[in-house]
Amino acid sequence: MRAWRYPAFWLTLGLVAAAGAVVFATRSATLREEMFLLLMFVTLASSLNILLGFTGYVNFGHIVFFGLGGYVGFYLMSQHGWPLWWATLAGGLASALLAWLLGAATLRLRGAYFALATIGVNEAVRAFVNNFRPFGGPTGMSLNFAVYRQYGGPANALWWTFGAMFGLTLLVILISYLVKFSRFGLGLMSIREDEDAAMVLGVRTPRLKTWAFVLSALFPGMVGVLFFFKNGNVEPGDAFRLQMSIEIIVMVMLGGSGTVLGPAIGSAAYERLRGYLLTSPIFKNLHLAFAGFLLLIIVLFVPAGLVGWMRSRLPKLRRVLE
Amino acid sequence: MTRAFRVILVLSMLAALALSGCAKATPAPTATQPPKPTSPPTAQPTVAPTPKPTPVTKTVVIGFTSSKTGSQEVPSTGQTRGLELWLEQVNAKGVTLPDGTIVKFEFKTYDDESNKERVQQLYTKLINDDKTNFLISPYSSGLTDAAAVIAEQYGQIMITTGAASDATYKKGYQLVFQLYTPASRYLTGAVDLLAKLDPTAKKIAIVHENDKFSTDVVNAAKAYAESKGYEIVLFEGYDSGTTDFAPFINKIIGAAPDAIMGGGHFADGSTFAKQMYEKQVKAKFIALLVAPPELKFADIGEAAFGIIGPSQWEPQAAYSEASAKAAGVQWYGPSVADFVSAYKAKYGEDPAYHAAGGYAAGLILQKAIEDAGSLDTAKVKAALDAMDVLTCYGRVKFNTSAEAHGLQVAHEMVYIQWQKDASGKLVKQVVWPAEGKSADAIYPLSR
Amino acid sequence: MTEQLLASLTDGLLLGFVYGLASMGLSLIWGVMRVINLAHGATMVLGMFATYLLFSAFGIHPYVALPIIVVLSLLFGFLVYATAVHRVINAPYLSTLLATFAVNMMIIGIGTAVFTTTPRNVDIPVGRIQAGPVTLLSTRLVATLIAVIVTAGLYLLLYRTRPGKAIRAVANNRAAARLMGISAFRTLALSFGLGTMLAAAAGALIATFFPFTILSGAGYQTKGFVICVLGGLGNPTGALIGGLILGALEGIIPVFMAVNWVPVIEFVLFVLILLVKPSGLLGAR
Repeated sequence: MRAWRYPAFWLTLGLVAAAGAVVFATRSATLREEMFLLLMFVTLASSLNILLGFTGYVNFGHIVFFGLGGYVGFYLMSQHGWPLWWATLAGGLASALLAWLLGAATLRLRGAYFALATIGVNEAVRAFVNNFRPFGGPTGMSLNFAVYRQYGGPANALWWTFGAMFGLTLLVILISYLVKFSRFGLGLMSIREDEDAAMVLGVRTPRLKTWAFVLSALFPGMVGVLFFFKNGNVEPGDAFRLQMSIEIIVMVMLGGSGTVLGPAIGSAAYERLRGYLLTSPIFKNLHLAFAGFLLLIIVLFVPAGLVGWMRSRLPKLRRVLE
Repeated sequence: MTRAFRVILVLSMLAALALSGCAKATPAPTATQPPKPTSPPTAQPTVAPTPKPTPVTKTVVIGFTSSKTGSQEVPSTGQTRGLELWLEQVNAKGVTLPDGTIVKFEFKTYDDESNKERVQQLYTKLINDDKTNFLISPYSSGLTDAAAVIAEQYGQIMITTGAASDATYKKGYQLVFQLYTPASRYLTGAVDLLAKLDPTAKKIAIVHENDKFSTDVVNAAKAYAESKGYEIVLFEGYDSGTTDFAPFINKIIGAAPDAIMGGGHFADGSTFAKQMYEKQVKAKFIALLVAPPELKFADIGEAAFGIIGPSQWEPQAAYSEASAKAAGVQWYGPSVADFVSAYKAKYGEDPAYHAAGGYAAGLILQKAIEDAGSLDTAKVKAALDAMDVLTCYGRVKFNTSAEAHGLQVAHEMVYIQWQKDASGKLVKQVVWPAEGKSADAIYPLSR
Repeated sequence: MTEQLLASLTDGLLLGFVYGLASMGLSLIWGVMRVINLAHGATMVLGMFATYLLFSAFGIHPYVALPIIVVLSLLFGFLVYATAVHRVINAPYLSTLLATFAVNMMIIGIGTAVFTTTPRNVDIPVGRIQAGPVTLLSTRLVATLIAVIVTAGLYLLLYRTRPGKAIRAVANNRAAARLMGISAFRTLALSFGLGTMLAAAAGALIATFFPFTILSGAGYQTKGFVICVLGGLGNPTGALIGGLILGALEGIIPVFMAVNWVPVIEFVLFVLILLVKPSGLLGAR
């Protein structure tokens, strides 16, 4: 457990804690909404980083865990009256289970084939949920407004949900660091560098890959339940948006895949940028084009992302920029 | 050289991100503001100013989003125009409250791009940042459902128009009020019309869009038709955004129905009608949702001929002060003819029902404020609960029970069919109900 | 039942030719340079919009506009390759995936700003031929014909011309080809251009049957992946056959169950093939 010896650990946790603290201090609803989205993306990006950054496997369909977890949790809340906390946990576990099953099937594929398979999985699950009656089919499910009374009214419920999201974000950052500085993480990174060499050296690659996959799926599942609880309804089109999946990859790349600070900064930056572009009259229609341009520049010139680039330029600060 | 370039590139990226982080996301609401007086308008024939205290003027902000782009653009534009016509008319004199305050209205609106996520973000913004007093829904049940949650979460009244799905009002909301006839009553009249035209017709095929509104409509229609002895030979939904209806059309041909009903919204409805014509689908009666009453439906040419559609309102509607008196209900607002001519004068074309719905939304809100004598949410809500009025748009009365609060209970649908006038041009005719029709229905369709 | 089956099968096959045409571009690019072109769908939509613009602004009939679109898309492909792809052609696959995806985002972003997401139609008169239970629409027949012509043209190019030979050589072994004096850059740019051209041509043809928006590309792109995997990535004939198979499936399955199960079955098939026989039914190159 060497993680806390790295300044980066405290820096990242501190940044996230500060973000949450500001919201609680000002009790502003608008700020809370903005931060909710921001923290949500930080969690999604950081969870993807475990698979993409540490293990080197590109998951284009990361959003399927968000969607399925969200659906399962929502189903339990709306049809069976479960409280939010248990439903969130259940959603996360459902996604983890899906990842475990999928991993068993697809993780033996390498490279671009794995990426393609993940796209296929996302679309398959979406098409399936679209037809699955217990989950409401194409029209999805919605919560009766009375549910919010269990939490002291809608306003309170929204604050509780934000608190839960804040907790999840801190948790995922913590776990990312713990993984990175453990033998497990070392194994993952060896798979990333050269899978065959790792196998030759005795690293149990199938098992490690599966655990990484499962871990990366747990958090999106929980986040999904919180998001749809706040929205009051869920539909297949909203839950399995491929574009969001790709945007998460952009966030990880922008910040620097493989570091923990990277995805956190990358997602915060991208989300703020996106929010700004969406409401600015000049750029409103061009936010996607701008994001695409940004991605292209990163891929072509700075593939290590912001944090990665800073690490290479400032070797003294490497312990801070993990 | 490349190294310096890379350094500059990354530093400028960092700078851009830092700036955007600090930048206030200033929105640019397309606020349609009335000619803005804080004092009474200049065109007041004041001969000698009477020693009266200057009345306080308050500006009430009404927030809504409209689909300026995206799949819902066409009908949403009509709805927004109706709203703007009302705004112009009400701000001519404002609403005077019992305590002497003159209330004028102002709109704050954004483009939701026919996108649910945008709707929720934008309504949250309208309530929190733009400080709206009342809300109007976007166009379409799907978007309205998303917006209604936000309205209820923040405790603001929302008048919904352009949204017929019943499901929204079964969720325990207290502050959302529906103007449109609910989806469950959309196609029931079409079944009645079919029964009247051809008692021997027995088989109906239903192909509908898989969204809340259309699903509500066809589920109710199916139940109603089956209760009247019809056989539903096909009952399938297509995803929103479907452009290839060939698999469905082939199934319809295979099922050989007497009548086809369904559709969804404008874009898919028109495409469906067009492809049915291309494949020469043999049916005696075709009724589609939302698309036929739009004037732009005629753009598909011959394919539009004979298609029937339920409409919330038509210019030939027979609502009047006299019929209100006969029904024992209060009349409010301009007459149908006045509304149509004012709309035509402002926009150069006849209003379709989306425009009437938009206009009515503003009108009903105005009446509620007048009845309540205040802008307080609780009082206006009580006024809306108690309302039962006939307007140029039709009759308006809301369900006040706990299970279905806000559902519209008094408004009725009319059915139009595209026929040809003497010069061979496509025109809409009201063919049902019998008391309101302007022409007999064409039956069967010759294809 | 058989009538319905026949009608659906015909519809499906006719459409399948066009899907196959589109996927050939994807397959070619993969086969020659091991790049999965995530801007494929967006390029198809560009073809659709080009047809629409030429038709509504200048009154040029879609079939007449096709050669113009072919040339324009070829040049566009060169541009995209030279700016976005060439620099990362030797980098790990994630880079090319993201680079092409970035191009996709830019096309869609600019397209949304310029065209908005209102659905567009190319309204040309449609004739029909009734052959028993089967209704054949003129637009579909012409599209199939054009798809076949273009495929034949592609084969002539690949097997009877020098540039074609160069492409096959680079696909086979890039280093060896360069040693033989073939310019990798020019050949790769040409292949990418050809891939883009096939996508845009297919888009132009699809515009004559269905309405579209700037976002329509995504659906066709995912179908494209399924087709390529079915037929074998890197094998253009495979793509065409994969297209026919998919079209046939899309035609037949709805006869037996609700149409909405088709995407589920498509994707399950997709994942299964990737797991069981990643080289596809006809084997990849």
